[in-house]
Amino acid sequence: MSQQAAGTAFAALIRRDFLLAYRRRAELLQPLVFLLVVVTLFPLGVGPSPQLLASIAPGVIWIAALLATVLSLDSLFRSDFDDGTLEQMVLSGQSLALISLARIVSHWLVAGLPIVLLSPLLALWMNLPDAGVLVLIKSLLIGTPVLSLIGAIGSALTVSLKRGGQLLSLLVFPLYVPLLILATSAVNSAIVGLPYSGQLGLILAGMIAALTLAPFATAAALKLSLS
Amino acid sequence: MNPIVLFFHKTGSPPWFYRSSGYLIPWLWLVFAVLAALGLYLGLLRAPPDYQQGESVRIMYLHVPAAWMSMMIFGLMAVWGFIALVWRIRIMEVLVISSAPIGAAFTIIALVSGSLWGRPTWGTYWVWDARLTSELVLLFLYFGVIALYNAFDEPRKAARAASLMAIVGAINLPIIHYSVQWWNTLHQGSSIGTSGSSIHPSMLWPLLIMAVAFKFYYGASLLSRARLRLLQQDHRKRWVQELLAEENH
Amino acid sequence: MLSISDLSFERYFERVFEPVSFNLTAGSLLLVTGPNGCGKTTLLRLLAGLLEPSEGSIDCQQQPLYAGHDPAIKDDLSVAENILFWMRFMGSRDSNSGPERLRRIIDKVGLSDVAQQQGRTLSAGQRKRCSLARLFFCNESLWLLDEPYANLDRDAIDMLDSVLKTHLDAGGVCVMTTHGSLRPEGFELQECRLHSGRHPYTGAGA
Repeated sequence: MSQQAAGTAFAALIRRDFLLAYRRRAELLQPLVFLLVVVTLFPLGVGPSPQLLASIAPGVIWIAALLATVLSLDSLFRSDFDDGTLEQMVLSGQSLALISLARIVSHWLVAGLPIVLLSPLLALWMNLPDAGVLVLIKSLLIGTPVLSLIGAIGSALTVSLKRGGQLLSLLVFPLYVPLLILATSAVNSAIVGLPYSGQLGLILAGMIAALTLAPFATAAALKLSLS
Repeated sequence: MNPIVLFFHKTGSPPWFYRSSGYLIPWLWLVFAVLAALGLYLGLLRAPPDYQQGESVRIMYLHVPAAWMSMMIFGLMAVWGFIALVWRIRIMEVLVISSAPIGAAFTIIALVSGSLWGRPTWGTYWVWDARLTSELVLLFLYFGVIALYNAFDEPRKAARAASLMAIVGAINLPIIHYSVQWWNTLHQGSSIGTSGSSIHPSMLWPLLIMAVAFKFYYGASLLSRARLRLLQQDHRKRWVQELLAEENH
Repeated sequence: MLSISDLSFERYFERVFEPVSFNLTAGSLLLVTGPNGCGKTTLLRLLAGLLEPSEGSIDCQQQPLYAGHDPAIKDDLSVAENILFWMRFMGSRDSNSGPERLRRIIDKVGLSDVAQQQGRTLSAGQRKRCSLARLFFCNESLWLLDEPYANLDRDAIDMLDSVLKTHLDAGGVCVMTTHGSLRPEGFELQECRLHSGRHPYTGAGA
């Protein structure tokens, strides 16, 4: 039996994902543009009053991040599923959980991290007080991986469905509620000068829990979708 | 053979399940009817009105047990789902998918009764209190499981997908529930409920009786739905043909 | 090496094919035949471990190599990049990897002149050739090939036959499906014919 070392396979997969991401870089911009557009709609919808925008800023930015992530999640496994690559990976004898983790990591690097990097711009547009900006970035930095990890489970469950994308949002949004509550609370606390490390700590704990559990659930979902 | 293993084997057999549940169901309905009548009598007629809310507190006897059931059923769905996924027992898959609409119905009852309760208290049909918000998110979780099941063509694959989703949802449910409660305290939102944390016994009894009654409702309803689904799935198999032949005599 | 007994799979609560049993020893080639839709691909996927049997059992010692309908080629990567990825991901413990080996394998499957072209520009036959490259660097002794001759031209068929012969001579086993006249020639083979387990249409619902 020929079995490649797990580390080599993991690295090969990440390299391939980056190569693919580079070749499809125009597509990758779409969720990010979506992020910007959604945030732009708020002042247009509720009026540009700086105080109003500031008061809803943390929630708006986080919800936009959520929506943009879900948009990009649908394609997490779809391409590999459709062309038979996923099947081959399952049969390679490599741990499916590890393969899922590799996909999630590369997905976060090209889809989640840009959201974190764009957040100062969004904070500016929504007139987020300075006291909250750093915490917003931190919350997104540790929160977006959770979005990717939990979202991957939904993505894996719906990958064999034709209109999986729509269902994906319905499945995943309820699961995002705690993260949304904690993250916006952290930013709001920072703005008024209250302690926020508790909330960030909980998000971090959540991320670690998701990091250990989600790949296995994702693997089970992938095996299911392939059957 | 070990009696436990034997029991599992038996429950896994559709004809046995069909027959046994057939005997059980009328009794479950009976107990439900008796307990519900008792609970409603005690709650609507005998229990005292609330100090602040007056008569409208009586809707609590419907709202609170329904909310409890909505969460319990989701938890049970996850248990059936886990067994279904690990041991591939078809009956468990049927139980998962038959539980979902019942759980969703209880969630809707909790939401509607909660909304009606809020009206006289707060003058509005909806407040974002901890329980109502939590029930609403739970409703979306139910919808997700049901929608996921319906999205697949092949019924067994659909049931397994729904099972996995139920497990994931059930693990997250306590987290969602507590985070929503915490969120509610942050924003000092309005709250629907009785004034004290300790409930007077005359109010507690009807509540508990209704809660137990609803469990029997769930049992009866679940088994009825499960039997029907089993018949549909196995309509070509011999045991169903034999059953139909029996019925026709 | 591979033996199955009373194996069947259910979909929509019906058996896809009637239970089958067979026993394969080293060096055997099994041809799975049957009409369209009778479950040949399903049988292969069962053997590969992608599906769980509804009835019966599979006794298989090793990890199989499965070449299914989908060629597992990324449209955005070139032929060389595609094969290189699989070599790195699945590869063998053979320390002889690297550009030289890649070049040789691309040569063997006859895709040297399109090696730098992206997957989406390939014809069906070229995609098939690319997916068969796996046969040259994986060490699995059990091969599961789903209609491997489909879309192949004469040269490619010869290429496949030759690597298949090498594999079988070395003690490997191969299970192959085919629905038509495309059969491996010049091989000693067993045949397993699948019969559909589904109920015929009775006109109900019309």
